[in-house]
Amino acid sequence: MKRPDGRKPEDLRPMEAKVGVIENATGSAMFRIGNTIAIAGVYGPREMHPKRLEDPEKSVIKCYYDMYSFSVPERKRPGPDRRSIELSMVIRNALEPAILTKEFPKSGIDIFVSIIQADAGTRCAAITAASMALADAGIPMKDLVCAVACGNVRDTAVADLNKEEEDVELTTDIPIAYMPRAKKITLLQADGDLTAERFKEALKLGIQGCEQIYELQKKALREKYQVSGEMIEDKD
Amino acid sequence: MGNLVVNEKNIVIPGEEIANGMDFLPSFGTYRDGESIIANRLGLVSVRNRVIKVIALNGVYMPQMEDLIIGIVKDVGFSGWTIDIGSVTYANLPVGEAVRDKVELLKSDISKFYEIGDIIITKVMNVTKSRIVQLSMRDHGLRKLQGGIIVKVVPQKIPRIIGKQGSMVGMIKEYTKCDISVGQNGFIWICGPADKMNITKRAIKLIEEKSHISGLTDKVKEFLESESK
Repeated sequence: MKRPDGRKPEDLRPMEAKVGVIENATGSAMFRIGNTIAIAGVYGPREMHPKRLEDPEKSVIKCYYDMYSFSVPERKRPGPDRRSIELSMVIRNALEPAILTKEFPKSGIDIFVSIIQADAGTRCAAITAASMALADAGIPMKDLVCAVACGNVRDTAVADLNKEEEDVELTTDIPIAYMPRAKKITLLQADGDLTAERFKEALKLGIQGCEQIYELQKKALREKYQVSGEMIEDKD
Repeated sequence: MGNLVVNEKNIVIPGEEIANGMDFLPSFGTYRDGESIIANRLGLVSVRNRVIKVIALNGVYMPQMEDLIIGIVKDVGFSGWTIDIGSVTYANLPVGEAVRDKVELLKSDISKFYEIGDIIITKVMNVTKSRIVQLSMRDHGLRKLQGGIIVKVVPQKIPRIIGKQGSMVGMIKEYTKCDISVGQNGFIWICGPADKMNITKRAIKLIEEKSHISGLTDKVKEFLESESK
């Protein structure tokens, strides 16, 4: 089977990752996969507002997902809508198992993710970027989280769908978020029908894709700090 | 038998394995999962005998007892002040630790000692298990700072700004003739003429930005010389 952009079923789109893109944030990262670009900024852990929501045992994670009005071919009405509020919750739930929230009681961690260009798989790009930003902010985490979509297009399991494939009749889209070291899935959604067999195939491709993204995430994080490594060295 | 997977002073990413086997002990920034020791934050690996820890490279200030820090008064309460110390939560400064004389709380207004917006140089007296931070002013040199501005930097870069035996901060003081107080929490107080304060602020930002470059002292010296003409 040939995919619209000539990829093999297991291939991901070209990716790019960069850490430390927002100056004022505690930690930040950019992640691009194909034509989808996500920018994440992490602020905190800091004083929790509103105060009544603070938790004396752990820090509260707040996530804001925002798709810019120019990110899609047809102008999107700016501001939060039903879709972005739900996605904020989905992203938070995908990241929360990895973060050691008990280290900072009574605090709040704010994660802002902006999609400046959308071509399917925005929630996965958002999770990937946000997890890099969290690591950059020095927040303790069990593991990084990487995410990619997989699915079933024209009765074939494929990884990393683009918008063209997503719009094909009877396509099933399955976003997966995965902790590569712990080998645990933190997000699994599916809209559409598919057989158990196809699902297993798609899941396998998705996890393979996540492993690739994980390597890129590690490389991007190292790149920012590689030079700073000398800093501590000549202090001793 | 255990062995190190990552060498000392290498950068580790959260979730990366540092060592395996029960010979090593996990310390700050690490956790044990089965046989192996895993990093839980981004930082540099440090091995002391059998204890493995990760030195964080970024993040918010975590208060420790006896730290000298600079804070901003955020609120005046009935029997104390709420201080912003750039940490996870605000810190608490009770009247008894701030004022030498006995204060009759019911009759007096404690804002005559410290007002909202005042900058103070203070000491961390205690950090409780649930992360309540208690401050104290009972030591020499702890006082309210008059005038000046606050520059905020990443707390992990404070050692570089101070330099060896205060060489870096001493050099900036010499060139700009400004008063500088560096708090362990990443707040730096500068006081002097407006144009000199600006140069000092830019010099500090330069150190923060280029803290990894070797020969940083010369770079900063060059900057200060070109600016103070």
